[in-house]
Amino acid sequence: MAELLGSSSVRSGRASFCLRVVGFVLLLVFAAAASASRDISNGTSKEPNPAREEDPHHRSNTTHHKKAFPVLSFNYEHVRTPFEISLWILLALLMKLGFHIIPRLSHVVPESCLLIFVGLLVGGIIKAIGEKPPILDSTLFFLYLLPPIILDAGYFLPIRPFTENLGTILVFAVVGTLWNAFFIGGMMYAVCQIEGTGLGGVDLLSCLLFGAIISAVDPVAVLAMFEEIHINELLHILVFGESLLNDAVTVVLYHLFEEFAHIGTVTVADAFLGVVCFFVVSLGGILVGAIYGILGAFTSRFTSHTRVIEPLFVFLYSYMAYLSAEVFHLSGIMSLIACGVMMRPYVEANISHKSYTTIKYFLKMWSSVSETLIFIFLGVSTVAGPHSWNWTFVVLTVILCFVSRMLGVVGLTYIINKFRIVKLTKKEQFIVAYGGLRGAIAFSLGFLLTNDKMKDMFLTAIITVIFFTVFVQGMTIKPLVDLLAVKKKKESKRSINEEIHTQFLDHLLTGIEDVCGHYGHHHWKDKLNRFNKAYVKKWLIAGERSTEPQLISFYNKLEMKQAIMLVESGSAAKLPSTLSSVSMQNIQPRAQPRGRIIPRISKGREEEIRKLLRANLQKTRQRLRSYSRHDLMIDPFEDNMSEVRFRKQRVEMERRMSHYLTVPANRQEAPPVRKVRFESGSVKVTVLLNLCRCLSIQMYNILFSCHVSSVLTSEAQADFLRGKKC
Amino acid sequence: MGSRASTLLREEEIEEIKKETGFSHSQITRLYSRFTSLDKGENGTLSREDFQRIPELAINPLGDRIINAFFPEGEDQVNFRGFMRTLAHFRPIEDNEKNKDPTASEPLNSRTNKLLFAFRLYDLDRDDKISRDELLQVLRMMVGVNISDEQLGSIADRTIQEADQNGDNSISFNEFIKVLEKVDVEQKMSIRFLH
Repeated sequence: MAELLGSSSVRSGRASFCLRVVGFVLLLVFAAAASASRDISNGTSKEPNPAREEDPHHRSNTTHHKKAFPVLSFNYEHVRTPFEISLWILLALLMKLGFHIIPRLSHVVPESCLLIFVGLLVGGIIKAIGEKPPILDSTLFFLYLLPPIILDAGYFLPIRPFTENLGTILVFAVVGTLWNAFFIGGMMYAVCQIEGTGLGGVDLLSCLLFGAIISAVDPVAVLAMFEEIHINELLHILVFGESLLNDAVTVVLYHLFEEFAHIGTVTVADAFLGVVCFFVVSLGGILVGAIYGILGAFTSRFTSHTRVIEPLFVFLYSYMAYLSAEVFHLSGIMSLIACGVMMRPYVEANISHKSYTTIKYFLKMWSSVSETLIFIFLGVSTVAGPHSWNWTFVVLTVILCFVSRMLGVVGLTYIINKFRIVKLTKKEQFIVAYGGLRGAIAFSLGFLLTNDKMKDMFLTAIITVIFFTVFVQGMTIKPLVDLLAVKKKKESKRSINEEIHTQFLDHLLTGIEDVCGHYGHHHWKDKLNRFNKAYVKKWLIAGERSTEPQLISFYNKLEMKQAIMLVESGSAAKLPSTLSSVSMQNIQPRAQPRGRIIPRISKGREEEIRKLLRANLQKTRQRLRSYSRHDLMIDPFEDNMSEVRFRKQRVEMERRMSHYLTVPANRQEAPPVRKVRFESGSVKVTVLLNLCRCLSIQMYNILFSCHVSSVLTSEAQADFLRGKKC
Repeated sequence: MGSRASTLLREEEIEEIKKETGFSHSQITRLYSRFTSLDKGENGTLSREDFQRIPELAINPLGDRIINAFFPEGEDQVNFRGFMRTLAHFRPIEDNEKNKDPTASEPLNSRTNKLLFAFRLYDLDRDDKISRDELLQVLRMMVGVNISDEQLGSIADRTIQEADQNGDNSISFNEFIKVLEKVDVEQKMSIRFLH
C-alpha cells in the first residue's frame, strides 16, 4: 500500500515536472514566434536596429565625438533570418520531444494532432499579442517541406508489396481520386443551386476545382498516422501507395480546372487534352525521375575514393529530379519516387556501410523535421488565415468527403477483387476507406488559388476537412484497428531462410507460368531480373559486386550486420553457434581429443571478421600521423570515454575469443546482447561534421582562390605593363 | 479413362477433373489446349522432352526439378489428369472453399499442400527431410557457378541452423512450414488462371 502511494507520488512528481518543462518550452515558443512572425509575414525588412555600429567613423567624422571602442555590440539584423528559422525548427523539435516525455498522451493522441494543437496555440498567442501569424507559404511547402518526406518514403518503399499490388493501387489512385473529385464537385454544385443557402455564386467549375483539391489522399498525413498503428503491410502499402500515386491526378485536375475556371467553358477537345495531359504528367514525371536515378546510380559507381560525399549525391540527384519535374508541371512526387526506387539497389551495392547509415538517418531526420513543421504551420495558419464560415458548405464538404471515400473504396474493391489473387475483405476495405486522410497538400493547393471571395470559403472548408480527418479519424483509427482485429505488422527481421525460399518460390512460379503459357507477374519479373543482371548491373555497379547474385549479397549483409553487432556489444555471442555447426560438420569420424579443436571457417568470412576486429580493436593504439578531412577512421574530437570503452571491449573480446576458439563449443544459448548505440551515433555525427566541414572549406577555398586570382591577374597585368615600360 | 489416348476431352472427364482439382470449365478447356500444343507427339501424354522444348524453362535454374514434379514416381509420361493435378496446387485459395466440406480431404491448393509441393522439390530422396546436401544442390542451382563451395556451405549451414529445432541437422516439413509462416504463401504460390 505504502509502495503504491510512494510510486504514484513519484509518478505525479515526474508528471508535474514534465508539465513545468513543457510550460517553459511553450513560453519560449511564444517569444520566438512573436519575433519570427514579424519577419516571415512581412517579407520586407523592417527599420534597421538602432543599435547598429556599422559606421562609427562616419559619425565620429561628422560629430567629432570620440566613442569608446564597443566591447559588446548587438547586431541582430545580421543574423535575423537564419536565426529565426533555426529557432522555429528547434522549438518544433522540442515540442515533439516534450510529447514523448508525457507518458499517457502519446499513446492516446497521435502526434500529428498534438502538433496541430500546438500550432493553434501558438497562432492564438501570436494573434493575441497583436502580430500577424505566419501562414504556410505554398512555395515553402512545396519546395522545402514536402520533398524530404516524399524522398524518405520513396527511397525506402518496399518494392515487393508495391509491385505485387500495383494494379490495385493504381485503380484506387486514379479512378478513386477522379470519382471523389467529380462526386464532391458535382454534389456541391447541386446543393449550391438550391435556394436559400446563399451559395448561388459558386459555379460548376469552381466546385469541380474545389472537389479536385479536396479529393486527394495526403501522403504526409497518412504516413504520420500509419506510423503509429503498425498495420499489416498490405493495407499500409495500399493506402500509402495510393496517396503517392494520386499526385499526378491531382496536378492535372487542378491545373485543368484552374484554367477552365478562368475561361469559363469546357469543350470535348479540352477534356480529351486533359486525359492526354494526365498521361504526360505521370509518365513524364516517372521518366524524369528514372533518368536522375540512373545518373545517381552511375555516379555512385565512382565514389570509392570519396566516401564522405556519397550521401550528398543521393540527396541532390533526387532533389533535382523533383525540381526538374516541377519546372514542366509534371508530377514532382512521382518523379521523386521513381528516382529513389531506381537508384536504390545500385547505390546500395556501391556505397559504404557508413554512407548507407548516413543516408538512412538523414532522410529520417529531414522527413521528421518537415512533418513536424508542416503540422505546426497548419495549426498556425488556421488561426491566421481569413475565414469565411458557411455552415452548409463546410458541413456538406465534410460529409461528402467521407461518403464519397466510402462509396469509392467499396465500389472499386468490388471490381478489383475479381482480379486479385488474395481478395480484400470487408474489414480491410473499411480500413482503406477510413485511412484516407487529407492534409497539408490540399491546404497549400487551396492557398494557391487566385484571390476571390470564394477562396476564403474554400480554405475554411479545406481546413475543416483536414481537421476532421486528422483529429477524428486519426484518433479513432487505432482503437478501431484493435476492435476489428485487423492483422498487424509482423515485426521480424528477414532471415536467410525466407530469402532462399522466396527466391526458390519465385523460380518455381516462373517455371509453372511458363508451362501454362501464362505470361503473368512472375514471368515479367523474371525477364526484368535477367535484363538487369545482364546489362544494367554491369554499368551501374562498381567492381566485382556487379556479378554477385542477390542471395550472396543478402547473406553478406546479414553476416556484416552480425559482425558489427558483435564488435559493438563486445560479446562473441553469435560467433560460437555458427562456429559450432561448422566445426561439427568438419570433425572427422575418428575421435578428436577433447582439447583444442580449431574450427574451420570460410576464408572470406574469416577475412571479414578479422578486418572488422582489427579496425576496431586496435583503434586505441593507432595514432593519426596526419589529419586529413577525408578520413573517417579516427576523429580527434572523440573523447576519452570511448577510448576507455574500446580498451575494455578489447580485453573482454580477447578473453572470449581465446575461450571459444580453443574449446569445442556446444550449442549455447546466446547471452543477452547489450546494444551499444554509441558507435553508430558517433559515426553519424562524425560523417555529418566531416561532410559539412569538407563542403564549407571547399566553397571557401574556391571563393578565396577566385578572389585571389582576380587580384593577382590585375596585379600581374600592372607589373607586366610596368615591366614593359621599364 | 486409363491410359488410352484421347485427343478430344470428354465431358465426364472435365467433370472429374473439376471435382478433383477445383478448376472451372473454361480454365480446364484452356489448359487442355495448352496441353495439346505442348504434346508434339500427339499421343495424349507429355514426355520430358516436350517440357524441355519450352524455351523459358530451359533457362530456369529449377527447370529440371519442376519438370520432374509433373511426372509421378518412376513414370516417363504424364497424361492430362496428372498435368492438371500438379497445376491444381497453384490455384488461388478461395474463401468459400473453407466452409464446404469438413469431412472431405484437403483440396489440392490448400496452404499445406502448396508447401508440401515446394518441400518435395527440395527433398529429392523423399525422406521427409531436407538434408544439407539437398539444400546445397538447390543453392548451387540458384546461385550459379561463380560462388565457392565454402561460401555456399556456410550459407547452407546457417540456413539449417536457423530453421532446425529438433537438432537433427536437417529441415523437416514442420520446420519448413514454421519458417515460412511469415511469408504470404497463399499469394506467393498462386497463379491467376484466366477464366
